[in-house]
Amino acid sequence: MYIKQLSVFIENREGRLQEVLDVLKKSDINIVSLSLADTSDYGLLRLLVTKPEEGKAALLENGFSAMLTDVLGIRLRHRVGQLQELLEVICKSHINIEYMYALSTGTDDASIVIKTSDLEKAAALLQETDVELVKAEEIQA
Amino acid sequence: MIWSKEETLSREEIEAIQLTRLQQTVRQVWEKVPPYRKKMEEAGVKPENIKSLKDLSKLPFVTKQDMRDNYPFGLFAVEKEELVRIHASSGTTGKPTVVGYTRRDLQMWTECVSRIAAMGGATKKDVAQICFGYGMFTGALGLHYGLENIGAAMVPSSTGNSEKQIMYMKDFGTTLLVATPSYALRLAEVALSMGIDPAKDLQVKIGLVGSELLTDAMRAEMHKLWGEDMLVTSNYGMSELMGPGVSGECQYLDGMHINEDYFIPEIIDPKTGEVLPAGEKGELVITCIYKEGLPLIRYRTKDVTRLIYEPCKCGRTTCRMENLDGRTDDMLKIRGVNVFPSQIEEVILGIEEIGPHYEIILTRENHTDRMEIRVELLKATDTFKELEAIEKKIKNKLRIVLGLDAKISLESPNTLQRFEGKAKRVQDLRKEI
Repeated sequence: MYIKQLSVFIENREGRLQEVLDVLKKSDINIVSLSLADTSDYGLLRLLVTKPEEGKAALLENGFSAMLTDVLGIRLRHRVGQLQELLEVICKSHINIEYMYALSTGTDDASIVIKTSDLEKAAALLQETDVELVKAEEIQA
Repeated sequence: MIWSKEETLSREEIEAIQLTRLQQTVRQVWEKVPPYRKKMEEAGVKPENIKSLKDLSKLPFVTKQDMRDNYPFGLFAVEKEELVRIHASSGTTGKPTVVGYTRRDLQMWTECVSRIAAMGGATKKDVAQICFGYGMFTGALGLHYGLENIGAAMVPSSTGNSEKQIMYMKDFGTTLLVATPSYALRLAEVALSMGIDPAKDLQVKIGLVGSELLTDAMRAEMHKLWGEDMLVTSNYGMSELMGPGVSGECQYLDGMHINEDYFIPEIIDPKTGEVLPAGEKGELVITCIYKEGLPLIRYRTKDVTRLIYEPCKCGRTTCRMENLDGRTDDMLKIRGVNVFPSQIEEVILGIEEIGPHYEIILTRENHTDRMEIRVELLKATDTFKELEAIEKKIKNKLRIVLGLDAKISLESPNTLQRFEGKAKRVQDLRKEI
């Protein structure tokens, strides 16, 4: 139900992002989706990768602060209002969305990755609707 | 274990030795060291005026500047041919200060360090690894001869190549480590990265650390990494006075015992130069009373401490000096507030989300001092909220301790510089305006 997301702390400094990607490349890990959020001093790089556990280990070994976080992947139909309707379900239950980014899984559908305050509850609510959750196996090909 | 009977003499006995030796030293310096004789003449004091230990305060001070002015051998009290060793300080702030030893000086040095090492728990059974840089620096050779004299098996591994250092520790069964506190932490990090837990997989049970301040927080960090049962003692000395071996902590960790039959300590007000009453805090001034090569009289150490004359639980009767807050040299003046880097270190070591390494960067913008403190983030996190909370926690604690605000910069683990010798953690980029 959940997808393991790899989160990495990076300083706002030239070359740091490149170094993270270099470590992943050397470990033969493919990036399926990512989001980079930043403040003036540092950023958080959130990645969905083919081998999250190995990615985390490789980054730690190379001196990065990295961890795995559970997130939800939701498949959406390409139609006006689909995302709004979905979020309405979550927001009505007073669940807070911490962050969200797009995930590309195919040509016909769109997908998003979300992290919410109560992930378990959000997942249960979504499963009652007609949306489809992206399975971890689809990412970790 | 108490190494020498001189460490347990009564106050009267110690003072009798001190007076005799002081008188001999003053006469020797008067005769052999023209720059100091000139100072004495200017102060209107002659060797025969030193009738009691109280008369010590009549004598002029020697400062680091005097050593530079008389570079290299101007303050030596023997002919060059009597010297058997020459060392020099690192000279980070100008010309190095040069020190020379006669054969008797080296014997005295070895005796002093043997006492300090024994205080810190060293015995002939130890395998002692010296992770100080061998060379002109007095630290490595000083500890080396003292520990060898005790009968320990010496491993002179010096600094650098930390992975090999860990391999020696493991394969040779090293039980005693000599290093700066910051290098000891670095070595533990390296060991862990090799899959070796220093607390469990190594047999190092004694740490003789020096050349840098050992704060309580740093000692706690040492225990965390090297094991709770490690006896970590700090020792004190400086090349001008001899090197390590002036004083050291015993197992009770309640101040450093001074080798008083060789050194007379005084505490002065650093501004006026007046001697302060026993127990008050001020600048430590040391007089060497048994040295031949470079017998400095009333050398201003710039270290701030207090003297304790009550006998220690360990049985030694020698005067103790409290562990240092910092050197007056190291003190930073930030927005008019006096700050010792050790105060910042205490705060940083007390916060578990960040590592023990740090850098302090001072700049001045619009006539206002700015302090940035770089620390390494140990706790992995996925939210900015948590990162901000960590920054705020450090900031608040610093504000309580220093009364100052600092900018906190979080860095990835293992990105700040590591030091093998004395750590240089402060970068003062302020321009005088």
